[in-house]
Amino acid sequence: MSDNEVAGHARSRMEGAFQPSPEMGPTPPSQIYGHFSDENPEMVQFVDADGNRLETNETNAPYAKIVEEMTSEDARIIYRDLVLVRRIDAEGFALQRQGELGLWPSLFGQEAAQVGAGRALREQDYAFPGYREHGVAWCRGVPPENLLGMFRGVNHGGWDSNENNFHLYTIVIGNQMLHATGYAMGIAADGDMGTGDPDRDAAVMAFTGDGGTSQGDFNEALVFAAVANAPCVFFVQNNQWAISEPNEKQFIIPPYQRARGFGFPGVLVDGNDPLATYAVAKDALDKARSGQGPTLIEAYTYRMGAHTTSDDPSKYRSSAEVEIWKEKDPIKRMRGFMTERGHADEEFFDAIDAEADEIAARVRKACQEMPDPELPTMFDQQYTEHHPLVEAEREEFLAYHAGFAEEGDQA
Amino acid sequence: MSGTRLSLAKGLNAGLRRAMDKDPKVVLMGQDVGKLGGVFRITEGLQKDFGDHRVMDTPLAESGIVGSAIGLALRGYRPVVEIQFDGFVYPAFDQIVSQVAKMHARSLGHLKLPMVIRIPCGGGIGAVEHHSESNEAYFAHTAGLRVVTCSNAADGYWMIQQAIESDDPVIFFEPKRRYHERGETGIDEEGAPELGLYDARVVREGTDATLLCYGPMVKTCRQAAEAAAEEGRNLEVIDLRTLSPLDLPTIMESVKKTRRAVIVHEAQTFVGLGAEIAARIQEECFYHLEAPVLRVGGYNIPYPPSRFEEEFLPTLDRVLDAVDRSLAH
Repeated sequence: MSDNEVAGHARSRMEGAFQPSPEMGPTPPSQIYGHFSDENPEMVQFVDADGNRLETNETNAPYAKIVEEMTSEDARIIYRDLVLVRRIDAEGFALQRQGELGLWPSLFGQEAAQVGAGRALREQDYAFPGYREHGVAWCRGVPPENLLGMFRGVNHGGWDSNENNFHLYTIVIGNQMLHATGYAMGIAADGDMGTGDPDRDAAVMAFTGDGGTSQGDFNEALVFAAVANAPCVFFVQNNQWAISEPNEKQFIIPPYQRARGFGFPGVLVDGNDPLATYAVAKDALDKARSGQGPTLIEAYTYRMGAHTTSDDPSKYRSSAEVEIWKEKDPIKRMRGFMTERGHADEEFFDAIDAEADEIAARVRKACQEMPDPELPTMFDQQYTEHHPLVEAEREEFLAYHAGFAEEGDQA
Repeated sequence: MSGTRLSLAKGLNAGLRRAMDKDPKVVLMGQDVGKLGGVFRITEGLQKDFGDHRVMDTPLAESGIVGSAIGLALRGYRPVVEIQFDGFVYPAFDQIVSQVAKMHARSLGHLKLPMVIRIPCGGGIGAVEHHSESNEAYFAHTAGLRVVTCSNAADGYWMIQQAIESDDPVIFFEPKRRYHERGETGIDEEGAPELGLYDARVVREGTDATLLCYGPMVKTCRQAAEAAAEEGRNLEVIDLRTLSPLDLPTIMESVKKTRRAVIVHEAQTFVGLGAEIAARIQEECFYHLEAPVLRVGGYNIPYPPSRFEEEFLPTLDRVLDAVDRSLAH
């Protein structure tokens, strides 16, 4: 297919589908991705918007076994994750609005993508997030309180990444994709790949969004991982909006199709279908751990809220578009599926809601009680070894503040 | 220092080899570092002896090289990255200043990035554009990095090992026009290096003025001092070696003694390292100075075509002219 044909292909997709009112400005991404309806033959799906289990078809067949092996308990774990991370996220949003946090990047709408990917990771795997992966953090066992510090301004992350194999949040878009690739190259160099030992073989999952796919680092990471056959799974959450810029400003062909050009498979999965995201992620991670190289997963989803608490999505997208995606809500979908299959009853769902409230209260309390860092610590941990300039400035700083203390004592 | 005489290039090669021998986690990576041994042959023979898993030819992408080296460091490796030329480091600049420099601090000390980024630097080899720059100030300005530069074979041998042993990330500048100059290295000795990685060296003791220099300018300044000596002027020459942190005690001790300072570097003087050093001297040695602190550097233009570079780069005569101006006060 020539470049012109590719472009023409994309343009032809933009016809029909969702038609915005003229005053809405840019063409909504639903037009460029209009063919990614629930009937899209290339999108892996297992549960429809109402929770009905879809028939096995050509696209989801390679992953069907994984879903079929999932137990009622697995479904309950995933449902609990979905509800709790949404509640934690909502609490983060509320805390920002109440002045407790300076900023909050919400994951609202992307719970299924993150929980599916997060639950597919094994303990020895490593995750490299952007800054919105609160759901992945939750699945890795990172206390949600840990995520608040950087948004409250008391640190730049601060947790020990190696406790849960969950790297610090990365703000500069795409930087972490290369860190993930290098870490995966290290796994391969250590021989912790392809041994057949499920407790030893490890993989890495790197997270970014649709906007991140435009970055040089994203593309360099794909090149490096491909050449090195690194056990790295690239997980793109296409929430369709890079702040105010829609998909059509980021790419002409969808990211999952780009993977083939780098020399490894790309998979498009319904990012609001937790069974599908789990199955696709597990399959890709299993392949990576066994030495079959990288996979790019594009989880097609939607960011229901703002990019962060600092922007106003009403300036760049229509409420009608948001309404369409409300119908695809992952929690509603999972609950419908579980009810229809008898995986859980009302008592279970109520208990999860109650637990969500408890966790939200815990997060709120932890946020409000989070101490400001002691001032001299600003100079600490900048270097691992003796650094005369930093040490001298620390001494000057302490002497300067001690002067104020003496004045206060005299008063 | 006694021992085998080697070129700076061979000294660096021997230092890398010894570091790789001592620690299996030391890995080299970059464009052409494998079979070719790097465009300056600094890594020559190392892939043959240590294997392509320890000396990795990478795709031609500087951000990718540095970014993936970060991941390897997080996995427990000690990557030594080669950037082919000074002017090619800019695609990796984001990874270096946004990630390499900050990882330890933002993890509150949980994570370390013990990596070395080697950059052949400076001009004087008749190269095309982007091959002759002195961009050390960008990195010295970035908190979280350490920046050092060698000027001779012995320092090349020892400093590269010290940089690799450091748990902090180190930007390691190598003056490419000195790569083939030979000197004694001390590599036959079991002992430790004379100086720490973050120590300046008094290359030549003197009493009339201090020449502060580093990298390729050390030789130029030593020659200037020898020429000045014939005219009865006794110049002290200090090879800074460490650019961040600066070894301020050694600098101040010398300037308080000679009361005059001339800073010499290839980089443009505007907001260059000389500006920082001059400011520090002014703060600490104000009452000792007999003359303003002077700078000799590249002119404040982008590095010119090579037919101009002999005029652009500080020469022995330009250094002596600055010394004359200092002594005229």
